[in-house]
Amino acid sequence: MASIEARGLRKTYGGTVALEGVNLRLEQGRILGLIGPNGAGKTTALNAILGLVPYEGELRVLGRDPWAERDRLMRDVAFIADVAVLPRWFRVSQALDYVTGVHPRFDRAKAEGFLEKTAVRRSSKVRELSKGMVAQLHLALVMAIDAPLLVLDEPTLGLDISYRKQFYDSLLSDYLDRSRTIVLTTHHVEEIQHVITDLAFINAGRIVLSCTMEEFDSRYRELTVNPGHLPAARELKPMHERQIFGRDILLFDGVDPALLAAHGEVRTPGVADLFVAVMEQGAGK
Amino acid sequence: MNPHTRPFYWSLRRELWENRSIYLAPLAVAAVVLIGFAVNVIHSANQTGTPLALHLPNDPTPIQQPYAIAAVLLALTGLLTGAFYCLDALYGERRDRSILFWKSLPVSDLTTVLSKASIALIVLPLVTFAIIVATHIAMLALHTAVLLASGAGLATLRNRTPLVELWIALLYGLAALALWHAPICGWLLLVSAWARRAVFLWASLPLIAICILEKIAFNTSRFAFFLGYRFAGGFALAFGTARPCCIPHPLTSLTPGNFLSTPGLWIGLLVAAIFLAAAARVRRYRGPI
Repeated sequence: MASIEARGLRKTYGGTVALEGVNLRLEQGRILGLIGPNGAGKTTALNAILGLVPYEGELRVLGRDPWAERDRLMRDVAFIADVAVLPRWFRVSQALDYVTGVHPRFDRAKAEGFLEKTAVRRSSKVRELSKGMVAQLHLALVMAIDAPLLVLDEPTLGLDISYRKQFYDSLLSDYLDRSRTIVLTTHHVEEIQHVITDLAFINAGRIVLSCTMEEFDSRYRELTVNPGHLPAARELKPMHERQIFGRDILLFDGVDPALLAAHGEVRTPGVADLFVAVMEQGAGK
Repeated sequence: MNPHTRPFYWSLRRELWENRSIYLAPLAVAAVVLIGFAVNVIHSANQTGTPLALHLPNDPTPIQQPYAIAAVLLALTGLLTGAFYCLDALYGERRDRSILFWKSLPVSDLTTVLSKASIALIVLPLVTFAIIVATHIAMLALHTAVLLASGAGLATLRNRTPLVELWIALLYGLAALALWHAPICGWLLLVSAWARRAVFLWASLPLIAICILEKIAFNTSRFAFFLGYRFAGGFALAFGTARPCCIPHPLTSLTPGNFLSTPGLWIGLLVAAIFLAAAARVRRYRGPI
């Protein structure tokens, strides 16, 4: 069964179209990175999946209609929709008590284990914590929920590099322990490249690219062109060109790497490079 | 605990964590009442040797009057606290964006709205009652101490302060007011769930506008009368008099039959249920502002 299945998902706010017919299918046990520029519809798409906004079109999450059954769905979905949404009056111990009280799948010992690795004290109030510590607390709460679907919208915003690294490591080891499905958005695209199994780019309310990471690895190649080979390399129809230190770097989709190797150095591009290429293509059209 | 009542129970706990004014406001007023009472008792003991003119048989002032005044003051504090609590209950969580956190947990909108209404209509009256009883006991202790110190007898005090009767009447009165005011609570919660700003104005101005419109258009004040009845009519229905300080024998003046047979009570409860259901429905569509 697909964890998430969206067909023709549309959402308009007044006259503004936020989602323009999104089609998305995510199988159980996958980790999807949903990447898009600000205002592309990422958050709206996630909000629809989480039952926070009504929508048009078809959407099933874990076999349920999220808008009609939000509270039931939330037993099986854990999410961070935004950082800094923990109420400021909340005491850390109260947050642990409350989530233990309302969530049947919450593992309190696990959350406390996460918190022990941080400087967050049990007696602190959220208003006394730094931005990064609030994010750590929120992650500790959400990661301790044994939910089949985990949705993380910019989970590491405001966290320093070492904690972000630690977070993704624990996310991965946790993921490997059981079969859960994860949807992730972030602006630090390069950090999740080796975490995700599926990739989707969203722009102007549409999914403009969607592939598994296996497809990504086999389809896309980046060529650092040897001097003098640029016209020949261009013959192979690159999808994007850029220059770094005076050298041309061309991005190809579905071109045999052996053909490319004759014109320079070939490697797999970063997700960020592909993202920029796809966005510029879209803008050019 | 039953899996259906757990989220409700923890929602109530969370309200009490967040809204400490539910008990701090009545406690503060109780402290003021106690200080005022202490000054009064000690002052009159010094002046006449007998506190509160206990030995004047023709004194029209009943001895329990300060106790009734304290009860009324604290009950009013409770009503005011409840009104402001309701206005903020579903607005505050949107303003501080925490609604995204609450909605990420398996607690339905209806459970949330019902827990907030229960705070205003059940928990707050009970807290008010407990604080009034505690205040009365403190006042009685103070009274007794001053009487003993001045050498006056305690018998008069005991006979003339029927506190237990007063408490029963009080509990009845608070319950009756909660039922009577339920539609007001529902209205405030609905506006709190709906308004994007200026909740207090949205809650009050439309009502005032209707009053003015009616006055200008038809030169009548039916709606204003209706509002006044809803705000202040509950007490008179429950006790048969609109003046709480003039109840000579609390228990004999209860009129529960009269109160329960008032159609306005049942219509009000129905309206409250509609408002609460609407508030839950509106909260579903609402995110941070």
